[in-house]
Amino acid sequence: MNVVNEKFQHRHAAHCESGVAASMLTHHGAAITEAMAFGLSSAMTFAYLPFIKFAGFPLIAYRMPPKAILKGIVKPFNMNFHFETFRDPEKGMRRLDELLVQGKVVGLQTSAFWLPYFPEDMRFHFNAHNLMVYGKEGDDYLISDPVAELPQRCPADALRRARFAKGLMAPKGLLYYPDSIGRTVVTEDAVRRAIKKTVRNMLGTVPIIGVRGIRMLASKVAKLNTADKLSLNYVGHIVRMQEEIGTGGAGFRFLYATFLQEAAALPGLAMLAEFAERLVVIGDGWREFALATVRMVKKRDELNPAKLADLLRALADQEEVFFRDLKKAVA
Amino acid sequence: MDVDAVPQEGNRTLGGHRRVMYARGKDGRMVIVPSRGGEVDETVTLQALERIRDMTEEARSRVLAGKTSPLEYWMYAQRLDLPQLSQVTGFWKWRIRRHFRPEKFAMLPVETLQRYAEVMGITVEQLRRLP
Repeated sequence: MNVVNEKFQHRHAAHCESGVAASMLTHHGAAITEAMAFGLSSAMTFAYLPFIKFAGFPLIAYRMPPKAILKGIVKPFNMNFHFETFRDPEKGMRRLDELLVQGKVVGLQTSAFWLPYFPEDMRFHFNAHNLMVYGKEGDDYLISDPVAELPQRCPADALRRARFAKGLMAPKGLLYYPDSIGRTVVTEDAVRRAIKKTVRNMLGTVPIIGVRGIRMLASKVAKLNTADKLSLNYVGHIVRMQEEIGTGGAGFRFLYATFLQEAAALPGLAMLAEFAERLVVIGDGWREFALATVRMVKKRDELNPAKLADLLRALADQEEVFFRDLKKAVA
Repeated sequence: MDVDAVPQEGNRTLGGHRRVMYARGKDGRMVIVPSRGGEVDETVTLQALERIRDMTEEARSRVLAGKTSPLEYWMYAQRLDLPQLSQVTGFWKWRIRRHFRPEKFAMLPVETLQRYAEVMGITVEQLRRLP
């Protein structure tokens, strides 16, 4: 089978889901950036989830759970996504081919482990990766994976495995595409609503989410046993979630700052420019935390749990003030 | 972070790929900068991989000592752990632990081995022994 959507343009992004959302909307006439998709869906947050283990360590997330971005852009653009899952892999692959023949660009949820174009060292069993398919040549699917710099190819067999991987957040062959898009421009109202939601998340009362979550993690770090070899793995894991899993740097703080800066250009939102600058400074603080941690992992400095906990608490304090002020600004 | 602070020293775990960072340009505008990565991200990725490698090699020694089955070795080698292997196969954890016992593993029907081999992306023949 040979079919290519010639009009589709691949774009490189920090994060898979916001990248897919931005690319798909742009392809369908609502030209937006990754940062706008990320901000409008209120995707930035902080969550410390000790009951979900990731390679034996608690899940630490700097963004909302998978699918939040796709769902979050529905309202601002008055649009609809068509979602389909499949029990039978063969049916799921046939349906993908059908949609490609119709000229659709199709979004897929996949596991990262089975994608052959992923660097070997990045292939982990993570089931909530997102990518787009824009064509097929022979047995190869033409893939636009936002976290890859250039378009990729993936043989049908590998893509089938990736789409039908089992386990936590199993994709079940999920495919999606926009049905209709009712609005193609960003409104002031949508920006204010999205920011209010992020403020609520960051300043909420749930002890493991937002600013309180950062403090909870800080007290957990403060109690780490310096004699236990795994303590270094624990702090390294925090940095990995913050910097290594495509976040655009500083656990999505720079990406959210980019959103604020872009939104400041809209009428009535000029005050957001100042907040963008402040968030870049906070992001730099997260980078300093990462740097201090890595010095300990590399054994240039001794593991100092109290110091790392203090850095985290200082970040929690800064983010608390930041979101309080932001709340007033968009009220 | 300013554009010239974006790490470009290289990160070997990226396999030559570049990843997007957001940084501030000279005019104060935030821009996308493809990054080759640097020490911070490389260190924490290598640390995570090293831990998996350690567990894999420990399992190998225990297989050679007759204390566990090759299943445990392959689990780590394919970047899974017990909770994950349980999730992807649908087998209870205690059942998988039983399959770690060499004498139980030797008696497993091909269908069970097939299920393990399938989720790990290896053949039943591979699963039966150390590489």
